[in-house]
Amino acid sequence: METALPGVQGFLYPNEIELQWSVLIVLYPFITGLVAGAFILASLERVFNVQAVKPTYRLALLTALAFLLVAPLPLQLHLGHPERSLEMYLTPHTSSAMAMFGFIYLWYLMAVLLLEIWLDYRKEIVLRAQSTPGMLGWIYKLMTLGSYNISPQSLEIDDKVGKFITVVGIPSAFLLHGYVGFIFGSIKANPWWSTPMMPIVFLFSAIVSGIAAVLLVYMLISFIQGRKTDMACLDTTARYLLYAFLIDFGLEMLDLIHRIYEADESFKTLDFMVHTQLYTSQVLLQIIFGTIVPIGLLALVQLISLSEAARKGIYVISGLLTLVGIFAMRWNVVIGGQLFSKSFLGYTTYKMEFATREGLLPTIILMLLPFAILWALVKLLPPWQDEAGHSHSS
Amino acid sequence: MSSRFKDQEHLIRMGVLLLAGIIVFFVLRGVMVPRDFGEYGHYRGGALEDNRARPAVYAGRKACEECHEEVVAARKGGRHAAVGCEACHGPLAKHASDPAAAKPGRPDAKTICLVCHLENVARPAKFPQVNPLDHGEGKACSDCHKPHQPKIS
Ligand code: HEC
Ligand code: HEC
Ligand code: HEC
Ligand code: HEC
Repeated sequence: METALPGVQGFLYPNEIELQWSVLIVLYPFITGLVAGAFILASLERVFNVQAVKPTYRLALLTALAFLLVAPLPLQLHLGHPERSLEMYLTPHTSSAMAMFGFIYLWYLMAVLLLEIWLDYRKEIVLRAQSTPGMLGWIYKLMTLGSYNISPQSLEIDDKVGKFITVVGIPSAFLLHGYVGFIFGSIKANPWWSTPMMPIVFLFSAIVSGIAAVLLVYMLISFIQGRKTDMACLDTTARYLLYAFLIDFGLEMLDLIHRIYEADESFKTLDFMVHTQLYTSQVLLQIIFGTIVPIGLLALVQLISLSEAARKGIYVISGLLTLVGIFAMRWNVVIGGQLFSKSFLGYTTYKMEFATREGLLPTIILMLLPFAILWALVKLLPPWQDEAGHSHSS
Repeated sequence: MSSRFKDQEHLIRMGVLLLAGIIVFFVLRGVMVPRDFGEYGHYRGGALEDNRARPAVYAGRKACEECHEEVVAARKGGRHAAVGCEACHGPLAKHASDPAAAKPGRPDAKTICLVCHLENVARPAKFPQVNPLDHGEGKACSDCHKPHQPKIS
C-alpha cells in the first residue's frame, strides 16, 4: 500500500514520526566513551604501576584529550544556534541530568585531564621552552606558567600530585561516562533506555572502546613514525581489552536475558524491532562482528601461541571490529530508542542525511577531527622520551 | 615566592590559574543568567511580561461570526461548523478590528485542507483522511468540496 507517510508502520504519536536525536547524538556517547576509556586505561597503568604498558600511558592521555576537545561539538551542532549553544558550558544547573553537562565536562577537562598531562610533561615542557625558538617556543613558555623549576624535588612533588589526580580522575572518568549512560537510563518513558544497567553498560563499553582506540592509535603512530612497537605492551593492552570486553559482554547479556525473561509489556515491540529494523546494527554489527568475533580472536591469542605478525594482525582486526561494534551499540541505543512508538503499536524509520547540519558528512568530519588534534598534540608533546632531535630531554 | 615553597611554586601558579578560571566561570555565568531567572520557576520571569506585551493576532470565532452571518449560515449543520474560522484563515485580529484597513486574502484550498486531512496513522482512525495521491485527481479540494460545507451530497 502506498501511504502518504513513507517509512512509518502502524500507529505512532505525531511527535514520534521524525527522530529528534540524529547520528550526532550517536557520536556523542561514542566519543565521550573513547575519552573515558582511554583515560581509565592510562590511570590503571599509573595506579597499579604496570610497567609493560608504559609506552601507551602518555599516548592514552593525549588520545583522551584529543577526543574530549571534540566531544561537545556534536552536541553543539545538534543544538544549532551557535550564538547560544555555548551556554551549555556556562549555565549548567542541577535540576536536570542533561543540564549538568557543563559541570561534568569542565571538571573533567580542566581539573583532571589537563592537570594530569601538564604535571606529567612538565619537565619536557620546561626543557623545550628553553631550547625551542620562535612561536613554538612561546607556546612552551606559556605552558611552563613562568616556572622553570625542574629540580628532582619538584618533579617528585609533581609525581605525587599527579598520582593523586589520577586517583581522583578514575571516579571522574566513571562519572563522565556513567553520566552519559544515566541520561538514557533515567528516561522513564522509554523502555529501551530505562534501566539502571545503562550507566554501567555504557561505562564498560567505554573502557572497551577506549582501550581498543589506544591500541590502534599506538600501532598506527608507531607505523607512521617507523618506530618498533613494543610487543609486550601490545600483548598486555590486548589482554586488558579482552578482560574489559568479557565484563562488558557479560553485562550486556545480563541486560538482554533479563529483558527476555521478564518480557514486560514493551517486549514484543522491542523484540520485533531487533529482528527487523535493528537486525543489521544490533545482531550482526554489535553482537556478532563487534563483540563475539573480537572476543574470540583475542581469546585465541591467549590460548595458542602465535607469531608476532599474526598477533599484530589480530589486534588490528579485533580493535577495528571493537570500535565498529561499540559505535553500533551507541547507534542501537540512541536510534533504536526512537524507532518504536511509545504506544508499542508502530515504528518509524531513521533516514540519515548527508551534507546537512546533522548529516553523515559532519559526523565523519567530527570523527576525523580528534585524529588531527592528536597529531598536533603528539608533535607538541611527544609521548615517547627518545624522540629524535630532542636529545636534551633524555 | 618564599624559598620554602620553591619546589611547589609552579603548582601554586597552576592553582591560581585554576582559581582564576573558576572565577571567570562564575562571572560569565552571572552575566549570562538573566537576573529574574528562577523568579517563578525554571525560566526567566520577565518572559511572562514579554509575552503579555505582544499584540493579540487572533480575534476568535465569535468576532468573525458577528459580521459574517452569511458564512455562519453556510456552515450550519456541516461537520466544519465547529472548526474555528482562523484555523483555516489564519490570524485575522487586525481585520476584525478594522475590516476596511486589512482585507484578508483567501486560504489556498489546494494546501490548507491537507493540514488536517492528510492521511496519517497518528490521527484517530475515525477522522476523515485522504491520500492526495489517490483522492481528488490532483485538483484543488475546493473544486469539489465547499470549504464551509465540505460534504458532497
Ligand atoms: C467588523 C466586522 C468584521 C469582522 C469582525 C470580521 N470581518 Fe471579515 N470582512 C468584513 C468586511 C466588511 C469584509 C469585506 C471587506 C472588503 O471587501 O473590503 C470582510 C472580508 C473578509 C474576507 C474576504 C472575503 C472575500 O471576498 O475575499 C474574509 C476571508 C474574512 N472577512 C474573514 C474574516 C474572519 C476569518 C474574521 C474573524 C477573524 C472576520 N472576517 C472578522 C467584516 C468583518
Ligand atoms: C475548513 C477551513 C475553513 C474554515 C473553518 C472557514 N473558512 Fe472561510 N474560507 C475557506 C476557504 C478555503 C475559502 C476560499 C474559498 C474559495 O477560494 O473559493 C474561504 C472563504 C471565505 C470567505 C470569502 C467568501 C466566501 O464565502 O467564500 C469568507 C468571508 C470566509 N471564508 C469567512 C469565514 C468565517 C467567518 C469563518 C468562521 C465562521 C470561516 N470562513 C471558516 C476555508 C475555511
Ligand atoms: C483545522 C482543521 C481542518 C481543516 C483545515 C479542514 N478540515 Fe475538513 N474537517 C475537519 C474536522 C474537525 C472535520 C469533522 C470531523 C468529525 O466530525 O469527526 C472535518 C470534516 C471534513 C469532511 C467530512 C464531511 C462530512 O460531512 O463527511 C470533509 C469532506 C472535509 N472536512 C473536507 C475539507 C476540505 C475540502 C478542506 C479544505 C477546504 C478541509 N476539510 C479543511 C477539520 C478540518
Ligand atoms: C474530484 C472531486 C474531488 C476533489 C478534487 C476532492 N475530493 Fe474529497 N471527496 C470527493 C467525493 C466525491 C467524496 C465522497 C463524498 C463525501 O463523503 O462527501 C470525498 C470525500 C472526502 C473526504 C471524506 C472522506 C471520509 O472518509 O469521510 C475528505 C476528508 C476529503 N474528501 C478531502 C479532500 C481533500 C483534502 C481534497 C483536496 C486534496 C479533496 N477532498 C479533493 C471528491 C473530491
